[in-house]
Amino acid sequence: MSSSAQTKPARQLRCCGASGCRSAGSEELQAALEAARDAAGHTAQELAIKPVGCLRLCGRGPLVACDGPGGTTLYGAVPPTEAGALIEATRNYDHASDTLQASRLDPQLPFFALQSSVVLEGCGQVDPESIDDAIAFGTYSQLRRCLHELTPEEVREQVKRSGLRGRGGGGYPTGLKWDTVALQPPGPRYVVCNADEGDPGAFMDRSVLESDPHRLLEGLAIAAYAVGADRGYVYVRAEYPLAVERLRKALQQARRAGLLGSGIDGTSFALTIEVRVGAGAYVCGEETALLQSIQGQRGMPRPRPPYPAQSGLWGAPTLINNVETFAAVPVILREGGDWYASMGTAGSKGTKVFALSGAVTNTGLVEVPMGTTLRSVVEVIGGGVPDGTPIKAVQTGGPSGGCIPAELLDTPVDYESLLELGSMMGSGGMVVMGETTSMPEVARHFMRFSVNESCGKCVPCRAGTVQLAQLLERFVERRASPADMAKLDALCRMVKATSLCGLGQSAPNPVLSTLRYFRHEYEAACRQPALCDRP
Amino acid sequence: MSVITLSVNGKDVAIPEGGSLLEATRAAGVEIPLLCHLDGLEPVGACRLCLVEVEGSNRLMPACTTAASEGMAIHTHTHQLLDYRRMAVELFFAEGNHICAFCVANGNCELQNVAVQVGMDHSRFPYQYPQRVVDASHPLFAIDHNRCILCTRCVRVCDEIEGAHVWDVGSRGSHCHIVAGLDQPWGEVDACTNCGKCVDVCPTGAIFHKEDTTAEKLRHSDRPALLKAARDEHVWRNQ
Repeated sequence: MSSSAQTKPARQLRCCGASGCRSAGSEELQAALEAARDAAGHTAQELAIKPVGCLRLCGRGPLVACDGPGGTTLYGAVPPTEAGALIEATRNYDHASDTLQASRLDPQLPFFALQSSVVLEGCGQVDPESIDDAIAFGTYSQLRRCLHELTPEEVREQVKRSGLRGRGGGGYPTGLKWDTVALQPPGPRYVVCNADEGDPGAFMDRSVLESDPHRLLEGLAIAAYAVGADRGYVYVRAEYPLAVERLRKALQQARRAGLLGSGIDGTSFALTIEVRVGAGAYVCGEETALLQSIQGQRGMPRPRPPYPAQSGLWGAPTLINNVETFAAVPVILREGGDWYASMGTAGSKGTKVFALSGAVTNTGLVEVPMGTTLRSVVEVIGGGVPDGTPIKAVQTGGPSGGCIPAELLDTPVDYESLLELGSMMGSGGMVVMGETTSMPEVARHFMRFSVNESCGKCVPCRAGTVQLAQLLERFVERRASPADMAKLDALCRMVKATSLCGLGQSAPNPVLSTLRYFRHEYEAACRQPALCDRP
Repeated sequence: MSVITLSVNGKDVAIPEGGSLLEATRAAGVEIPLLCHLDGLEPVGACRLCLVEVEGSNRLMPACTTAASEGMAIHTHTHQLLDYRRMAVELFFAEGNHICAFCVANGNCELQNVAVQVGMDHSRFPYQYPQRVVDASHPLFAIDHNRCILCTRCVRVCDEIEGAHVWDVGSRGSHCHIVAGLDQPWGEVDACTNCGKCVDVCPTGAIFHKEDTTAEKLRHSDRPALLKAARDEHVWRNQ
């Protein structure tokens, strides 16, 4: 019996089972809740306990959402010993224990109230391991509609109207990319989903994969239909074992349900999707390196053009987008491109998912309309630094991005504004830094990351990042000289301008942005600060 | 054959359609330094010395891998490019152990030539002195990793021209090194045909004939192009 045929239970507990809450003990909690329910004599029909994906506030895990006639209540950091009390509270909250009351989260908290769920609408709602539950939630209905009612051109038209731009960091217009692939000469073509999310502090794509994998598959299938591809790959990093497991399960279920394979939903459309698991190289998130890796070769970027849209996997036109981009597609088709374009700013439409972490009260997953100010994301939604001290800077875009100082927090979050500040949207990692953070140390941290993750193909990245990390070491240890400052400036510019791929070209960004906004910290680390050149 | 026209440092040139920016610079009589590129092998754009400025683009493009298109205007020797090239050569010298005084390739070394060409008299970046090894297990040749600049010419010539694919790149980042076979001693790799093409194309003294001593290495870096022309176009040197 499919769950869509079931009558919805009057009350249910949704337990987050994504990686963050799992590490906080959500599996034990869920088992304890089931035992407590049985002990209290309730049946699953009366009180369902449903494993779901991310409930957003990862820092307070394990999270449990309680749906009842009176609405939804959310509990965070519930110890398994409180399972009985939680079951009791679903009937009558008035007698809740002090511990339980302490873990109750106010749904009116700005963290929840200011979010708009578009890409994440199914996260925390659907059971990620059940296709029936996903279908009951509406997943795959847009794929069916596309196959039966829309031509590929009409699908692409909606995506173009939506103004959606690549969410992997580059921000290339998605509709334009789809058109480029679709309009290539006849022949085989591929769709690829980049799920090799590797930026430190970024976990948006992981959350989508772990929470709502069927939505991604639906978006991928719609894309394949729109560009005329019959083969696809999802490239996931091996460091996301739960995501890989759930994705594989979802693929299996979708194949069985006839939503992948040949003759999908009674039409002539066929699509085979395979999962490829990365082997730990950050650079494989770069699209040309990722394609090499799928082909079984060493993951090294190659110069573009030709772009993958013209010549990608095995020389065929290949559409490559990241998880969040594909996951936005079903909603865009359901609500229409114009609806999506009504959110956001002139150049950046829709919503963006951020992974908020660092010195911030509310750590977790945040989805807000583009154009929301950084301040409202980190101070209002994030709740600022836990001890109430001011924020010093916000790091966006991981090792490719930069540090935005507190005085610029009123900047709206969109592709152009962040680029102007010397940072970038990146995939959506946002790390908040408190006043005690040393900026040369931050820069060194990211530079060491780039040293470790350089593929070694081109000299500016292979040897330049090593030299940059050593120069930064001198600043961190406060034994730098004004000449080091000049070298740092010059080498950063050279690595940025001459590296082969995006990884190398953006590796100096953490240094350049901290030099721009926190130059005094570098100068203070020089033995003769007065001699440092001012730009 | 259709022809495209473009300008190199303000000089108009015409080259066959499908040609690269490198061919355009040659047609204009402009010399730009090259280390990884070698005529006859697939270009990879790794050494970044041949980067040029293209008007209307804010990105520098490698001349070896970028296709020339009609009406392009490129610049090859701007102050900025000269500065970047010199810095790249400094990085090459600093990341390996290049001691010309007792190198087989001294006086006949492309890295040395490029250093002269870009005016590099010293490196502003500290030498890294990496721990690298010499593999002399092959009966005829040896590879001294201290002198390797990871241009991957040996990898490409062995794969594309000889078809043996003895060489490849192992590890990542600054730990990258050329590996023989499945990271075996060169002498134990059965696939090696002892053809010596890797010796011919190596721009430095990294791969050499064992009988050569200081400053005795001769390079034959024109051979891949000759072989490729012979195979693809059936044009032989003596014809």
